[in-house]
Amino acid sequence: MTGLLTRLRKAFSLRPLWWQVGLVVLAILLPLPMGDYYRSVLWRTGLYIMLGLSLNIIVGHAGLFQLGHAAFYALGAYTSALLNLHFHIPLLLTLPASVAVAALFGYLITRPILHLRGDYLCIVTIAFGEVVRLVLVNNLFGITGGANGLCAIDRPVLFGFELRQPIYHYYLMLIFLVITIFAAWRLENSRLGRAWMYVREDEVAAEAMGIDTTRVKLLAFVLGSGWAGLAGALYAGKITVISPDLSKFMESVVMFCIVVLGGTGSIPGIFVGTLGMVTLPELSRPLKAWRDAWLGVAMVVMMIARPEGLWPSRRVRLEIRGAKEEALPASAAGS
Amino acid sequence: MQLIQQLINGVTIGAFYALVALGYTMVYGVLKLINFAHGDLFMWGAYLGLTGLSALLALLAQTSAWAILPVVIIVMVSVALIGVLIERVAYRPLRTAGRLAPVISALGAAFILESLARNVYGASWKTYPAGITPTGGITLGGGVRVGVMQIIVLVVSFLLMGGLYLFVQRTRIGTAMRAVSLDHDVSRLMGIDVDRIIAIVFLIGPGLGGVAGLIVALYYGSFDFTLGWVFGLKAFIAAIMGGIGNIPGAMLGGMLLGIIETLGSGYVSPQWKDVIAYVILIVILIFRPTGLLGERVAEKL
Repeated sequence: MTGLLTRLRKAFSLRPLWWQVGLVVLAILLPLPMGDYYRSVLWRTGLYIMLGLSLNIIVGHAGLFQLGHAAFYALGAYTSALLNLHFHIPLLLTLPASVAVAALFGYLITRPILHLRGDYLCIVTIAFGEVVRLVLVNNLFGITGGANGLCAIDRPVLFGFELRQPIYHYYLMLIFLVITIFAAWRLENSRLGRAWMYVREDEVAAEAMGIDTTRVKLLAFVLGSGWAGLAGALYAGKITVISPDLSKFMESVVMFCIVVLGGTGSIPGIFVGTLGMVTLPELSRPLKAWRDAWLGVAMVVMMIARPEGLWPSRRVRLEIRGAKEEALPASAAGS
Repeated sequence: MQLIQQLINGVTIGAFYALVALGYTMVYGVLKLINFAHGDLFMWGAYLGLTGLSALLALLAQTSAWAILPVVIIVMVSVALIGVLIERVAYRPLRTAGRLAPVISALGAAFILESLARNVYGASWKTYPAGITPTGGITLGGGVRVGVMQIIVLVVSFLLMGGLYLFVQRTRIGTAMRAVSLDHDVSRLMGIDVDRIIAIVFLIGPGLGGVAGLIVALYYGSFDFTLGWVFGLKAFIAAIMGGIGNIPGAMLGGMLLGIIETLGSGYVSPQWKDVIAYVILIVILIFRPTGLLGERVAEKL
């Protein structure tokens, strides 16, 4: 198992263009032989990969505990829906506003609490997620529709073509997902990405090296939150009905588990984590009531067997397993 | 007068939060882990209490409030054992695995406990047998009323909390607990069996939580499987408010949260009471980043 993963990982780390093109082609062809239900499952998988990648910036790269990520997802969805319902702005044009609102809230809420240590930050983010949910339930200013949420949101229209079928939504998601993955990959190896990892590993040392830790952490929150807002807006466009449940704790937990189960800080890990936390539970609906129990068992067993996640980035694996387990090839040591 | 009545109600609810918060804070003290399964252990206290009480009443063939006493012991022991089992299976193998993996394992354990409760007992509301709890009350001047049940809740909670405080401060095991919460390695060098101390913490914390579950269910009369999540989050917030890892802090935080909530629902609106509680938590943490009684932790160098 581990040997196979290592080999696969090596194949990926070469990153020849054809690998990436092949994956995109596979992603395009995949839904064609499927029925609508499975196409929707695929779309959902894409949605959570996007959410996982956005949370990965905060939890995986910057090492900040964020257990209220669903709040920003909900904020994005509500921004899109409200603009669409009240001002009749086409859904796709509301996307920038959703991103901006989610990112703005990401800034406003995290600016005063950034100095909190790990677990205290964690509880504040949980509390913020609950505040957003309760404010939406309590129907602030009378525009959020209370516990029932908002409905009859327009579907996205692309060049005069209304996206109705799940497969079109899947392709729309795929476009955004490819952009997201490319951006996440570039970000990981950027100056900012390296600064995040430095802050995660040792904040004091990072500060001593001249990294403005407050600014770097804030950027992680703003970028991650804004991205979650985008996912929320896409959700609103596909489902057309949104409710305060988008911001419930369970959603945040699922996103958090996607990041950690798959392998903190690694892009392929997010795929694996989403398959485990979203796709498989969705496909195992026949298990019904016992599904959550099995999910829980799987989470405990996974963490005991592979605490670094299923497909971790090399850095995180070494951190947990210790450097002695695997000698690094000299050429890869620099990344 | 309404204010005094609200304060009395607030302190009662605060006592529940404090009892559950103690479990969070003790585990955090020794493991630096947020035990997300604790709220569900608390909920299991309510369910096991219901089963035990129904069985006992059926056995006695009469309704007697004294039947609660043996049930309290049974619940305390069985929830404590579940707690130790979870520690053994889900947390101990992850002691050295960084900070993220144990959190996922704890969330997994919470999923298991909640799903089990929903499957075993069903998703509907459960009601405790009628006529089991005393319903009388003492009316003070000005329309302020203290229920007998409220007095029992407060007395029992304060006895448990006082006992725990003395245990941690005065006994050898308590001293060992405080040592383990400071430093595992040095404690081991001093001859403390760290694994055993952690197991004891997982006996006491969930034991208290289980009793709290039973008392809450008796106090409100009915509950469902979301009880663990609702009370668990509140108690966790109480623990953080007081300064997590700090036992008097958990008691203070619980009381404060209970009072804030009842005042909020009495003077503002019941719908907004949770929002008020969360906002006050955030404000407290902005000004005191380690909670009200939390010690300032030096940045590692």
